[in-house]
Amino acid sequence: MGRFHRHDDGHGNDDGYGHGHGDHTGYTTGGERVEVLERIFDENDRTAAANRADLDAAGVTCVNLMSSPGAGKTAVLRETLRQLQDRVRVGIVEGDIETSIDADRLAGFGASISLLNTSNGFGGECHLDAPMVRSALARLPLDALDLVLVENVGNLVCPAEFAVGEHHRAMIHAVTEGEEKPLKYPVMFRSADLVLVNKIDLLPHLDVDLALFHRNLQAVNPGVRVIETSARTGQGIDEWCAWLTAGR
Amino acid sequence: MHELSICQSIVDAVERHAAGRPVRAVHLTVGALRQIVPDTLTFCWELVTEATPLAGSQLVVDHVAAVVRCLPCNRRQTLTEMNLVCDVCGGSDLSIVAGEEFLITTLELAEA
Repeated sequence: MGRFHRHDDGHGNDDGYGHGHGDHTGYTTGGERVEVLERIFDENDRTAAANRADLDAAGVTCVNLMSSPGAGKTAVLRETLRQLQDRVRVGIVEGDIETSIDADRLAGFGASISLLNTSNGFGGECHLDAPMVRSALARLPLDALDLVLVENVGNLVCPAEFAVGEHHRAMIHAVTEGEEKPLKYPVMFRSADLVLVNKIDLLPHLDVDLALFHRNLQAVNPGVRVIETSARTGQGIDEWCAWLTAGR
Repeated sequence: MHELSICQSIVDAVERHAAGRPVRAVHLTVGALRQIVPDTLTFCWELVTEATPLAGSQLVVDHVAAVVRCLPCNRRQTLTEMNLVCDVCGGSDLSIVAGEEFLITTLELAEA
């Protein structure tokens, strides 16, 4: 691929001045180079593919749900479970740095919940990666489920970098977060297949320019589907549930 | 702080390729569309390699700019901000040509 060549040029290996490998190192016999060309996310992506294969074999759709802390992931999930119970068999992978608070809030709707505490002694991982989700999926009865929702760690940066084996990525953006989040966190907003604009019931109390938010979102992710929701009033939750269960 | 777990996977790959030989520097290529903070990566590298055979090795980060190509008009442009609109035809049907790289490219071995 061309990008590798660009890299090599930058290293003077191919710059036409005839430097041998290691000339600039000051070593006469050392400085040997080993070409690696290995993608750093390869191992994560291989595990994500294994997760995806297990989900596909069980006929389960998996959605990775991402947002900043406090945008309403757990509240939206709770209303989702309330609406889907008796209709769709749902499993939840709940990423939480330290506590079981979110998992506790989701109990009582018949969903299977697999809690992942991401604390690792350094203050906790900021995202779920494919190996973590693999261990959580092993604790879910996949053959008895239709849908697995992965509630990622609240963070607008790191989760975008780690595929976990999901079929779709959904983001929750709360109207209280303002208009500029898509421009500040374009990688995550660009990676989403669907954006829920949550806490829409608060709009009359805010100075937020929702049209500007939509323009910013479309600039980083042209054509992305958006649903306005309120976990509090239930607005948009039926449309979200229809999206989740489409194709079944 | 995903740089910490990323450093751990870099260590694993480097140890595999070095096969016991002493490593002086590890070269990475990081695209502009990756949310990797080079200084954090370097700091975490020192943390993760401390008291391992890779202690003291240097992490060298080469940056690659984000380049997109407009599919309808074939215009290539380097992005300075995340505005996915062609600056010639105004279309938003763009493919990313460069900027998503995140690779270990080469190891520099030290004298044994």
